[in-house]
Amino acid sequence: MSQIKKLMLRLLATSALLSMGTSLFAVDSSKYNMPFGVTPNSNQIYGIHMMMFWVCCAIAVVVFGFLFFSVFKYRRSKGAVAAKFHGNNKLEVIWTIIPFLILVVLAIPATKVMVNINDTSNAELTIKVTGYQWYWKYEYLDNGVAYFSKLSTPQAQINNQQLKGENYLIEVDNPLVIPTNRKVRFLITSNDVIHSWWVPHLGIKKDAVPGFIHEMWAKVQEPGTYRGQCAELCGAQHGFMPIVVEAKDEKSFDTWLANQNKQAELVN
Amino acid sequence: MNRFKAFIVRWVFSTNHKDIGTLYMWFSLVMFLTGGVLALLFRMELFQPGLQFMQPDFFNQLITMHGLIMVFGAVMPAFTGLANWMLPMMIGAPDMAMPRMNNLSFWILPCAFGILISTFFLSGPAPNFGWTFYAPLSTTYGPESTDFFIFAVHLMGISSIMGAINVIVTVLNLRAPGMTLMKMPLFCWTWLITAFLLIAVMPVLAGAVTMMLTDRHFGTSFFNAAGGGDPLLFQHVFWFFGHPEVYIMILPAFGVVSHIIPTFSRKKLFGYEFMVFATLAIALLSFIVWAHHMFVSGLPLTGALFFMYATMLISVPTGIKVFNWVATMYKGSLSFETPMLFSIAFVFLFTFGGFSGLMLSMAPADYQYHDSYFVVAHFHYVLVPGAIFSLFAAVYFWLPKWCGNMYNERLGQWHFWLSAIFVNITFFPMHFLGLAGMPRRIPDYALQFTDFNMLATFGALFFGLTQLIFVYNIIVTIRRGKKATSQVWESAEGLEWTVPSPAPYHTFDIPPVIK
Repeated sequence: MSQIKKLMLRLLATSALLSMGTSLFAVDSSKYNMPFGVTPNSNQIYGIHMMMFWVCCAIAVVVFGFLFFSVFKYRRSKGAVAAKFHGNNKLEVIWTIIPFLILVVLAIPATKVMVNINDTSNAELTIKVTGYQWYWKYEYLDNGVAYFSKLSTPQAQINNQQLKGENYLIEVDNPLVIPTNRKVRFLITSNDVIHSWWVPHLGIKKDAVPGFIHEMWAKVQEPGTYRGQCAELCGAQHGFMPIVVEAKDEKSFDTWLANQNKQAELVN
Repeated sequence: MNRFKAFIVRWVFSTNHKDIGTLYMWFSLVMFLTGGVLALLFRMELFQPGLQFMQPDFFNQLITMHGLIMVFGAVMPAFTGLANWMLPMMIGAPDMAMPRMNNLSFWILPCAFGILISTFFLSGPAPNFGWTFYAPLSTTYGPESTDFFIFAVHLMGISSIMGAINVIVTVLNLRAPGMTLMKMPLFCWTWLITAFLLIAVMPVLAGAVTMMLTDRHFGTSFFNAAGGGDPLLFQHVFWFFGHPEVYIMILPAFGVVSHIIPTFSRKKLFGYEFMVFATLAIALLSFIVWAHHMFVSGLPLTGALFFMYATMLISVPTGIKVFNWVATMYKGSLSFETPMLFSIAFVFLFTFGGFSGLMLSMAPADYQYHDSYFVVAHFHYVLVPGAIFSLFAAVYFWLPKWCGNMYNERLGQWHFWLSAIFVNITFFPMHFLGLAGMPRRIPDYALQFTDFNMLATFGALFFGLTQLIFVYNIIVTIRRGKKATSQVWESAEGLEWTVPSPAPYHTFDIPPVIK
């Protein structure tokens, strides 16, 4: 009986571990991990993140290994007698230098990525993003197209009077439309308090600070809809100013932009 | 009536370090429970998507107050209370160097928090801009109660600075003959260094709130871009205070753990000198890493790189500490009374928080982590199973000395295991939430975040209830309980164990001589 129980437990544990393992390291849209994303920036950031994750795991195995080894081995209840030593300079030097060397090794790729993702030069399209309490404005600076983008989730859903839709709180009336395969530069600023424009799949998070313009860029590899949210507390409706980015292939983007231009002219 | 008067005279006018230490500890316990209730309220709202219990603005008030109360009301006063109780006894001094100032620095605190908490009951919202109170949300856009907040922060700062001066003067001048600095118990060392940090950064915080005040009322534009100011200046000033502040909350914890682990390992602390140097190194580094809180605020590339490297460096002295604690346990003779359990959990879970800290130090990765629940998970790991667990450990360790009675070990063990389990159920899922894209400080969230939020709320509720065991255990111990010996723990070392339990009202009127 007890053997069957043990076996069952073991099976349960293995299957739990396996399912955790597969979902943890699935490449995209994981519930457990950072998205790999669809831009060179987000891919590189993901690389740094996973590098750090594994390095931390390795250090954890060593440190926690020693910790739990000591906790289980040197119990007084098992008759352990305390040793007398209380210092070892050689050891101290070793565990100062080794972590330092690990840090140097980690800093090199991090620096490279940092330089890459902050290089906003040679952009093919520039979009100005302005944060407002509590919505966003997108301006295509070279084309004169500009519009606001607001939460489109009905208040009734928020107040639990209506069934919540699939994209509850991460849907907007007018998404930001960008082309794939072109380097898009975002100029990010704010009209009132500090907001932060965060789209995980694009690997972009940048504060929108009133009076300042910050830059970030994206070159989206695949068409699709990517969702994000304001990431800096900006007042009562901070949780209700999402970002939706629609990446269209170059041709449909150009058509879309031309249409927007026409509409703008009609209005004028 | 006479008893009432005697009570007032004893506790309000007391200049005795033990009385004041007790006052600090009770105050911080009350604040800990208050801040915890606020957390449970907003965790309740976060249990499922949609707005169930409160409006978003009230949610923001709750998170703001939770942060302020826990940082300034619970953790900092608790360590100051420990310093008051233990420092004079550890260095063989009769009292703190400036007893009257000591009394004042405590009694300012209830006033400060009275003012702060009163804003909940005024018309208009309480402070609702997060405990980091970034301008211009807290200046141009701040509610009227912001002025109460500014005044309260000033008072807390004054109280902390006075407390810090007292610690420095006491430790540097009142040590028993023969107790050189390098013979001092580690808790004295970590508190001495903490006190210097406090004196260095609390005035900076005062400067920040003063600039807020003049921006709000006297027409200045320190933080207002429209008037030629700079909202980012606020963040620089705030985090120049804020980063050393996190070490103010953790260095004394390092000290506490460095007393408890050797005691229950029956072995001397491994690498004492290196522990001291590591503490100093952490304190010095804490002044040059502040902008790692601002990687996405628009730092220039070279600036961001500098702060990234400096931040990574902090893991070296922190690592030294962890290695030394583990080496202390190695080949010891370990027993697992409640203080030891909390200390081992401290080493384990604080290091875990350190790992996410190392990940956060990577500026490019921080572009994704910043202001997400990943950060929330990180700093709660270093503050709850970090600072707070060390405080639990300290209370169980020294309570028999304070009140002369042994606490109930079985209740202590229950308190430990339930806390250790539920703290992880509360905060571990937050890593996943943050990585999957949930920003912090939002009252409502997209559907894919539901299950982990439910889990966190469940954990938080039971973590909160578990603390009632702690409160009950303390009260029962003070009222009755097995009498403790003066040694209390068989292999505890230090002057505090040479005086009877409970420690007499006045100890070391004649300084002991240290060989």
